[in-house]
Amino acid sequence: MIDWSIIAEALPAFAEGLKTTMMLLAISCGAGLVLSVPLAVARVSPHRAVWGPVWLFTYVMRGTPLLVQLFMVYHGLAQFEAVRESFAWPALRSPWFCAWLVFTLNTTAYTTEIFAGALRATPSGELEAARSLGMSEATIYRRILLPSALRRALPQYGNEVVMMMHATAIASTVTLVEITRVARDVYYNHFAPLESFGVVAVIYFVLTFGMAGLFKLVERRALRHLRPTASGVA
Amino acid sequence: MTDTAIRPVLSAEGIRKNFGAVEVLKGISVEARRGDVISMIGASGSGKSTFLRCLNLLERPTAGRIEIAGEALALKPDGQGDLEAADTAQLRRLRSRVSMVFQQFNLWAHMTALDNVVEAPVQVLGLPRKDAVTRAEHYLERVGVAHRKNAYPAFLSGGEQQRVAIARALAMEPEVMLFDEPTSALDPELVGEVLRVMRTLAEEGRTMIVVTHEMAFARDVSNRVVFLHQGLIEEEGDPQTVLRTPTSPRLQAFLSNTQR
Repeated sequence: MIDWSIIAEALPAFAEGLKTTMMLLAISCGAGLVLSVPLAVARVSPHRAVWGPVWLFTYVMRGTPLLVQLFMVYHGLAQFEAVRESFAWPALRSPWFCAWLVFTLNTTAYTTEIFAGALRATPSGELEAARSLGMSEATIYRRILLPSALRRALPQYGNEVVMMMHATAIASTVTLVEITRVARDVYYNHFAPLESFGVVAVIYFVLTFGMAGLFKLVERRALRHLRPTASGVA
Repeated sequence: MTDTAIRPVLSAEGIRKNFGAVEVLKGISVEARRGDVISMIGASGSGKSTFLRCLNLLERPTAGRIEIAGEALALKPDGQGDLEAADTAQLRRLRSRVSMVFQQFNLWAHMTALDNVVEAPVQVLGLPRKDAVTRAEHYLERVGVAHRKNAYPAFLSGGEQQRVAIARALAMEPEVMLFDEPTSALDPELVGEVLRVMRTLAEEGRTMIVVTHEMAFARDVSNRVVFLHQGLIEEEGDPQTVLRTPTSPRLQAFLSNTQR
């Protein structure tokens, strides 16, 4: 049976871990969001010199596992003396910084591709109309392309944020005490899988559905211009 | 007569357009004076839409000269055999004086009807938003969709969408309006409402170039009809004459096919 006393005792630790998880998610997704909008614009550029580097970046980041990326930065960079002696070493030595850096680059790569896809899916007629009225390319991006594409990208972006939330578990491998690490500690202390991993699964589950609900609310507002589907109110 | 009354509002000279090896336009010249309503007719593939899209450089012409309100559009080779604007600021300025209405309406889906009409006057003409809203409401009223101003395009019928698109074009208070088959994507019962709006615009003396398949509109509303065939003007003139007693056998054949 479930030993509730173990859970009760571990709750403060889970609460602390939850803070770490959410903080990691917030700073990674926040930075990723800011970076991926300009990168997505570059990604759909007609000039190879502009889209090429972005393409390379997203393919490398999406082509390797997050865990490997994190190990490469956290353990790998320390091998080079130049890195150890550089001004960036105090930051690169910190697991927080490494996790933030790697998570940000990783989610930026995925988010860039999501936004770039949404930009490409903009109906060409809407762009022609904007051009025909004398709008500059910058105005078209600011007023037509980005507002319409970012809205369209919302459902996929919501998925990305949820996936990132699950991926923060990987930070436990570089000593950060987020909820998965808390669960592992509880398990090793009591050998009680249900009271440790069961609890953390429930926490992730609640977070996932909370976030999905939140995104649904935002979508309902941001995508209200779309024709209601058969199930909606006409 | 003043100079502006004589000078064409829009003139296009020797417009050519190649798509690869295919010569779609083989040198077309059209001149619109203030108040002209020119209907461009012809079979699909005759080049009439391409010609219209060359006028505001949505399509890059291979050769030709374009003058809008007495100002020649500066063109230069684009390196791929066509011409592009030499001065993008000039292109934007001239485009803002030539508004276009599209077959597929092309409203901005994420904006309400009102915002669609407000957008370009604010962003392009630099009108204060308050004034642009007043102007937009005026033109939405004119085309009879003011009651739908807060609706998004997806919630409007095709006829309503096209009328919003016409209001969007009108709100720029352009020198000349280009209509690219404005009723071709509409259900038959919605064609009338759009044509009625276009007819009132013509009656107010607006300068319009209309690519259309609506022979009744061409005959009753326009003061000039241009018949395109395989990238050339085959016959043009006063609609009564051209449409009643066509001289070209091709126009005769075209008209007998479009009689319903």
